[in-house]
Amino acid sequence: MIPREFEYHAPKSIPDALGLLQQFGDEAKLLAGGHSLLPMMKLRFAQPGHLIDLGGIGELKGIREANGTLRIGAMTTENEIIWSKLLQDKCPLLVEGARLIADPQVRYKGTIGGDLSHGDPGNDHPALMLVLGASFVLKSSSGERVVPSDGFFLGSYTTLLQPGEIMTEIRIPVPAPNTGYSYSKLKRKVGDYATAAAAVTLRMKGESVQDVAIALTNVGARVLKARAAEDSLRGKTMNDAAIAEAARLAMSICDPAADQRGDAEYKVAMAGEMTQRALRTARSRAGR
Amino acid sequence: MVKKQPVSFKLNGTDVDVLVEPRELLIHTLRERLQHTGPHIGCETSHCGACTVDLNGMSVKSCTVLTVQCRDAEVLTVEGLEQGGTLHALQEGFTQAHGLQCGFCTPGMITRAYRLLKENPSPSEEEIRYWMAGNLCRCTGYQNIVKAVQYAANKMSLARTGT
Repeated sequence: MIPREFEYHAPKSIPDALGLLQQFGDEAKLLAGGHSLLPMMKLRFAQPGHLIDLGGIGELKGIREANGTLRIGAMTTENEIIWSKLLQDKCPLLVEGARLIADPQVRYKGTIGGDLSHGDPGNDHPALMLVLGASFVLKSSSGERVVPSDGFFLGSYTTLLQPGEIMTEIRIPVPAPNTGYSYSKLKRKVGDYATAAAAVTLRMKGESVQDVAIALTNVGARVLKARAAEDSLRGKTMNDAAIAEAARLAMSICDPAADQRGDAEYKVAMAGEMTQRALRTARSRAGR
Repeated sequence: MVKKQPVSFKLNGTDVDVLVEPRELLIHTLRERLQHTGPHIGCETSHCGACTVDLNGMSVKSCTVLTVQCRDAEVLTVEGLEQGGTLHALQEGFTQAHGLQCGFCTPGMITRAYRLLKENPSPSEEEIRYWMAGNLCRCTGYQNIVKAVQYAANKMSLARTGT
């Protein structure tokens, strides 16, 4: 399987990449790690006339902390996230999530910015971003804007990214040290997308829930924020009944498409199960 | 017809130059232009790992990398592991521990394990299984592949400590 013919461009800076994007317009696609786009091009689902490879732009890589915010370059790979001491220490949820993405070889190439920009509801980073309260830096030749992750994902393969824009950085407020967290993902095999998955961050005050965020992967046309489930838990004691009710509310917003991973009913049930597991794990990790 | 581009990189320590269309995949350049048929074409969809090569210190599936992305890169294939007629500890491990039956997945397995042991010279069994999970084998059930990697890790560790 070989992609259709295209011109290849390897800019060395963000302005150069933006210039190429402006020059070729609809004909151009940005290449990040290439492990979603190149397979789509081999299957001829995507047939860009120009491929703009972001791999040679050093300023799009790296993980650092500044003023209580983690700043991750969009071209940072999944393995770089997994091996980051800073993230293991400050944001272990992101490491836990990245470890469940694809397989080792794909994680050497696959990037967080590519995962997010692609808008595939099966991708794992969107749910992680929603529960971490992340925001994204989008650059264009007319400037830059910073948009919250909540609201960025519009539907299957559609996001707020406009033609001519490049996601350059992911910003995550450092979670409070006592934050409980979990990413619970059901998949058929290594490398598969989630049948259903749930991301949770949780802050406890004594025995009651101070704040909680829940997001679901691959059970709708886009990542889903389970707001009613979150509301049902705030201020409550997190016992089995409260967890079951939150899972019921999370299941009520799911609208998955049946495929070889299962029918819709099964996937909704699994979204409930993943929500319960993620809440329990987050509770066991949360400081009181 | 899109213009071909010259690409130079190091293959198993030797400089090579090729002239390729941008759409040419690394696996085809290696196998068809450079006669390195160690990396195999298995699934062509980045699932099976048979085409795994080492690219700038990363294990990658060469069916999902464009050759034009490899400018000035260092590429290592299974052909580059044997030195002066002596098999690499991993190659020896796969023969000693019976880590293969049909052998189709083996070059990818060995090339992947090479990078794994560079990053983690004494991995636990769990770590071997987790970090080798991008390579599929339909014969062995993986048990002897894990043993082969452990054999190599032990041998390389002994060589390092000189005992």
